[in-house]
Amino acid sequence: MSQWEVVIGIETHAQLATVSKIFSGASTAFGAEPNTQACAVDLALPGVLPVLNRKAVDCAIRFGLAIGAEVAAKSVFARKNYFYPDLPKGYQISQFELPVVVGGAITVQVGSGDKAYEKTINLTRAHLEEDAGKSLHEDFHGKSGIDLNRAGTPLLEIVTEPDMRSSDEAVAYARALHALVRWIGICDGNMQEGSFRCDANVSVRRPGQPFGTRREIKNLNSFRFLKEAIDFEVQWQINEIEEGRKIQQATVLFDPDSGETRTMRTKEDAHDYRYFPDPDLLPLVISRDWMARVRSELPELPGQMRQRFVEQLGLSAYDATTLTASQEIAEFFESTVKIAGAANAKPCANWVMVDLAARLNKEGKELAESPVSAAQLGGLILRIADNTLSNNIAKKVFEALWNGEGASADEVIEKQGLKQITDSGAIEKLVDEVLAANPGNVAEYKAGKEKAFNALVGQVMKAAKGKANPQQVNDLLKAKLAG
Amino acid sequence: MSLTLDQVKRIAHLARIEIGDEEALATQGQLNGIFQLIEQMQAVDTAGIEPMAHAQDLAQRLRADAVSEENRRAAFQAVAPETEAGLYLVPKVIE
Repeated sequence: MSQWEVVIGIETHAQLATVSKIFSGASTAFGAEPNTQACAVDLALPGVLPVLNRKAVDCAIRFGLAIGAEVAAKSVFARKNYFYPDLPKGYQISQFELPVVVGGAITVQVGSGDKAYEKTINLTRAHLEEDAGKSLHEDFHGKSGIDLNRAGTPLLEIVTEPDMRSSDEAVAYARALHALVRWIGICDGNMQEGSFRCDANVSVRRPGQPFGTRREIKNLNSFRFLKEAIDFEVQWQINEIEEGRKIQQATVLFDPDSGETRTMRTKEDAHDYRYFPDPDLLPLVISRDWMARVRSELPELPGQMRQRFVEQLGLSAYDATTLTASQEIAEFFESTVKIAGAANAKPCANWVMVDLAARLNKEGKELAESPVSAAQLGGLILRIADNTLSNNIAKKVFEALWNGEGASADEVIEKQGLKQITDSGAIEKLVDEVLAANPGNVAEYKAGKEKAFNALVGQVMKAAKGKANPQQVNDLLKAKLAG
Repeated sequence: MSLTLDQVKRIAHLARIEIGDEEALATQGQLNGIFQLIEQMQAVDTAGIEPMAHAQDLAQRLRADAVSEENRRAAFQAVAPETEAGLYLVPKVIE
């Protein structure tokens, strides 16, 4: 089997979190009755002029600063000309030669566990533009229905370099970008409502060869579809080439039902957009002061937080990346550490990433819906740290908190009598009883059978209903048996 | 530079303007006249001059992000050729 290298670039349309449109004062609220939020500007009635929304620019600056890009001091709006009924002007206002954000990069973690690796995806640009309306092709007596509520909704189109080499890398990037735009509050990230949509440019080549011809998969609105579409497309392209056919540059659509991509248009009928600067809009000038103000309002970014977790809390790079994958998980972790203390950051990380995540996963719940709060989890971890609870009993307390059997770990421990026995006198008594009752195990251990020791530990723990401190039980047993 | 007749027809097609052969020929002459003007302008030495995106050397004014438009669908749709269920109806388009 010959080797192929996959090359992927991604374009994302992120709907910006504004209440009004990019060039008009119409509302952007989702789900309104058709055409009730389409004003004269959105409808392109004669005599109207666009006026740019300051907040949309704020969002673009925020994004540019967050990815270490250059925010252009001067950028220009251009007309992208094409005819479609959901675009009443006959052109989309976008940016072409001089976009508002140039360059930048996002570092992502691909895979998990031992196979996890980091990869930096470079961005080409990000530019402001308006969304089009929506065409409904259900039967309106052989006609199409047009809803222009979405027309003029502000978008930031974010374009990467062809830096990704697998569908996993593409999904890791898309997830990281999705988390980032929500983190910095410029996009609600609602993929069902179309607030965050990805196009994937996919090609294959022999390693070391020039890029192959790419095909663009349009409008992928879930991470699963992104992966499935790329995997199908890659296999299709490899088959085509191996059977001696050439790849034609094309735009394709992914059908989630069949799991296949199909050609929408080829290069021959590709649009000729005839971009030119929009004479209705003057250049967008962003001053140093404006940029400085936006910078001062930025929250701590995932990358910075990640570094802090490693340097100040002693977490591994992997843990730190996982815990900064979204603002929700980062906040939950930080709130847990706030209660449990920085010295317990590692167990906090484990509980959030492993125990809590597994329990949430089992019930199909999001972190925001967790019945166990960060404060409750922090309180639980404190009781492990001060030896009130063994790890095993802590899992029981966690389960009790999950089921609402107490307001705090302390309350559950008190109510259910789960306090770990650390009184060495009490443990010694149990140890003596077990030794007296199990002469066979004692003899076996003394004859060199290590297993017999574990059996004795088990007996003591059983006698203590699991509440004896395991370390103390071990130490005492060893001492007694050696004596 | 000058345009061929085919180029004129392609531009007309892109702009969705129906144009006959005779009209295309006349338009070719007019467009090429414009190109001559452009050629004259291109003869000017503009080295070191930053290109402008707009005839006025001003910056874009911005508006606050606030909803100022109310629903005027009934008025807008009163002049539309055909509407149904709040939608504008157009000849079927499926790409």
